[in-house]
Amino acid sequence: MTDNSRIRVVVGMSGGVDSSVCAYLLKRQGYDVVGVFMKNWDEKKDSGVCTVTEDYQDVAKVANEIGIPYYSVNFEKEYWDGVFTYFLDEYRHGRTPNPDVMCNKEVKFKAFLDYAMELDADYIAMGHYAQIKRDDDGTVHLMRGADQNKDQTYFLSQLSGKQLEKAMFPIGGMQKSEVREIAKKAGLATADKKDSTGVCFIGERNFSKFLSEFLPAKPGKMMTFEGEYKGEHFGLMNYTIGQRRGLGIGGDGKSNEPWFVVGKDLKTNTLYVGQGYHNEHLYATSLDATKLSFVAPIEDRGQSFHCTAKFRYRQKDSGVTVNFNDERNKVEVVFDNPVRAITPGQEIVFYDGEECLGSGTIDHAYQNGRLLQYV
Amino acid sequence: MERIYADNAGTTPMAAEVIETMTEMMKNVFGNASAVSSFGREARRVLDESRHVIAESINAKSDNEIVFTSGGTESDNTAIMQTAFLRRNEGRHIITTAIEHEAVLKPMAFLESQGYEVTYLSVDENGIIDLNELKDALRDDTILVSVMMGNNEVGSRQPIHEIGEIVSESNAWFHTDCVQAYGILDVDVQKDKIDLLSTSAHKLNGPKFLGFLYEREGLNLKAYLRGGDQELKRRAGTENVPAIAGFAKAVELASADKKELREKFQNLKKKLVEGLEHQGIDFEINGLHDGSELPQIVSLWFKGCQSDALLTNLDLNGIAASAGSACTAGSLEPSHVLTAMYGKDSPKVSESLRFSFGRYNTEEEVERIIEVLSKTIKRIKKGR
Repeated sequence: MTDNSRIRVVVGMSGGVDSSVCAYLLKRQGYDVVGVFMKNWDEKKDSGVCTVTEDYQDVAKVANEIGIPYYSVNFEKEYWDGVFTYFLDEYRHGRTPNPDVMCNKEVKFKAFLDYAMELDADYIAMGHYAQIKRDDDGTVHLMRGADQNKDQTYFLSQLSGKQLEKAMFPIGGMQKSEVREIAKKAGLATADKKDSTGVCFIGERNFSKFLSEFLPAKPGKMMTFEGEYKGEHFGLMNYTIGQRRGLGIGGDGKSNEPWFVVGKDLKTNTLYVGQGYHNEHLYATSLDATKLSFVAPIEDRGQSFHCTAKFRYRQKDSGVTVNFNDERNKVEVVFDNPVRAITPGQEIVFYDGEECLGSGTIDHAYQNGRLLQYV
Repeated sequence: MERIYADNAGTTPMAAEVIETMTEMMKNVFGNASAVSSFGREARRVLDESRHVIAESINAKSDNEIVFTSGGTESDNTAIMQTAFLRRNEGRHIITTAIEHEAVLKPMAFLESQGYEVTYLSVDENGIIDLNELKDALRDDTILVSVMMGNNEVGSRQPIHEIGEIVSESNAWFHTDCVQAYGILDVDVQKDKIDLLSTSAHKLNGPKFLGFLYEREGLNLKAYLRGGDQELKRRAGTENVPAIAGFAKAVELASADKKELREKFQNLKKKLVEGLEHQGIDFEINGLHDGSELPQIVSLWFKGCQSDALLTNLDLNGIAASAGSACTAGSLEPSHVLTAMYGKDSPKVSESLRFSFGRYNTEEEVERIIEVLSKTIKRIKKGR
């Protein structure tokens, strides 16, 4: 085995099973492993129950089991300035942001990366289900995780090659079931710990309630595009395009089909609703996106190219054609087939086979050239 | 990797002599000091002798003024809470400082929630209170003044003698948290007119979970922990006689070496400061460095370097220092002491490290600290 003992890897440990196994595997490979827990949220900022203390205790337990030093670093300010401010701002503008994408871009692969370098790290490692391919010339490519069900490249898609240059994803080539198996065999304290499903700072709690502690909810009218009043909504920020839950509208005699959010108008504070999962207002044929970021250079693909894309996490890929503007700071993306519930504020992530090329943030959706009223 | 321990204000390693005493006691004197038997009497004798050693170390009038507790925290809590309770009909105003240990500040906050009024004296840039502010704050209904003898984070010392004089002319009692100063400074409760004084054994190479509260005769505080009649009914629970004997041994060692230790610590501190200057490190000393401060503690501001990154780098090189207290998620909390001295927006609050020396530190260790710290700081600054 190669001697890795002089290579320092700083592992971002969250207290979950994935990062625990990361640290364990690296230690077994002989690296000089240092565990660091990130404290990104000040639990005093809201009224929810925060699991940060328990998570840190789990980091301590696992690190001691593996035999590595562990520390904690406070990125509350970096998170607040780089992620949460943006998050609230997007909601304020009627959009649905993705804080995990921003967290990777601004905290995990920026503040944490810088911090790891201050600890004399050669690499950082994370428990993401994603893989990295390095060309001989040093170009870095981001590849999907081997577990297609868990692939997390969606959340990493805004990272630059430079941000990923020093990253390792030790479990990216594994299935989740294998990861759990390794944790069990190694007897790690987190082997049976439930996966967290929530956004890091919100955890498992009620999202609307959380949001209302930071943004005043402005109730308003629920209408159909045909002009029919259907009741009151409790603040546009609580609704996402294509959402069914929480509307509280019954059948109206004409049809028993359930009601969905099919549009929003921030100016008039109106929530548009329509019946049927396949409501025509929910289908777009193209979108435009800005805040583009690509892992490896893509200039050689020209002004226009065909690839696949995801419009939200865990969605199946769809075929799309990407058309750059002249400044290459905006793209028009035309879908091979209409796509349901395109959501402004979310990322559109581009793939070429197994490679995640990068992403942009969705600004507008169109149906055959007509702007859909989604914001 | 050779490890270096420079966090003696956090806790100290036990002295070999203390371990020996305790081991002997654990083997041979296991009786319950309250028991009516030869076993009990043996334990009682050790307890009395230990208490005497400790009473003498602070010039207490009587051995009965010493109450053994589980440590500094219990001593502070007992002094504050029981004074507040006992004197609640005489007044509900208490004076303390902004830079006390949490073991003082948390009981104060609790008392505030129960209707007491607490005045927090400010400190200057050197971490020292203004006696005029104290005089102005004292009122007829002030029942307690609690001011620490030496600060655990920056080593600033308060004018205890003057405070004792001022408080003795009022209705208030004077409590001092002496945890960080005991075993280093000369303490005289009679000369300094101290009514209540808290200590902890593990800061002077004694065992953990043990301390004492000095209660001047006549105060008649009620027990904080109720139960059996131990400690003249002032602290229930069977005394840990072997540990108390170890504590007395640690006090004897400290009393014998205090003067030399103070010189040794000042020299180590001087060496550290001069060594860092020699390396061209951009830093400042927080508080005074003229011999008037606690000699074993030095707090340094490393301009442009976050405390957590420095502390972690030191630890990865086997060196233990400190930077205030950690929250339950392990990350550093902004120091309330540095905040009180420099304001919350000062970079000193998040860019400082504390080194605290103990009787086993050597000059070679300080040289190694200088080397590692300088290398780390230069590397961090170069990486930007």
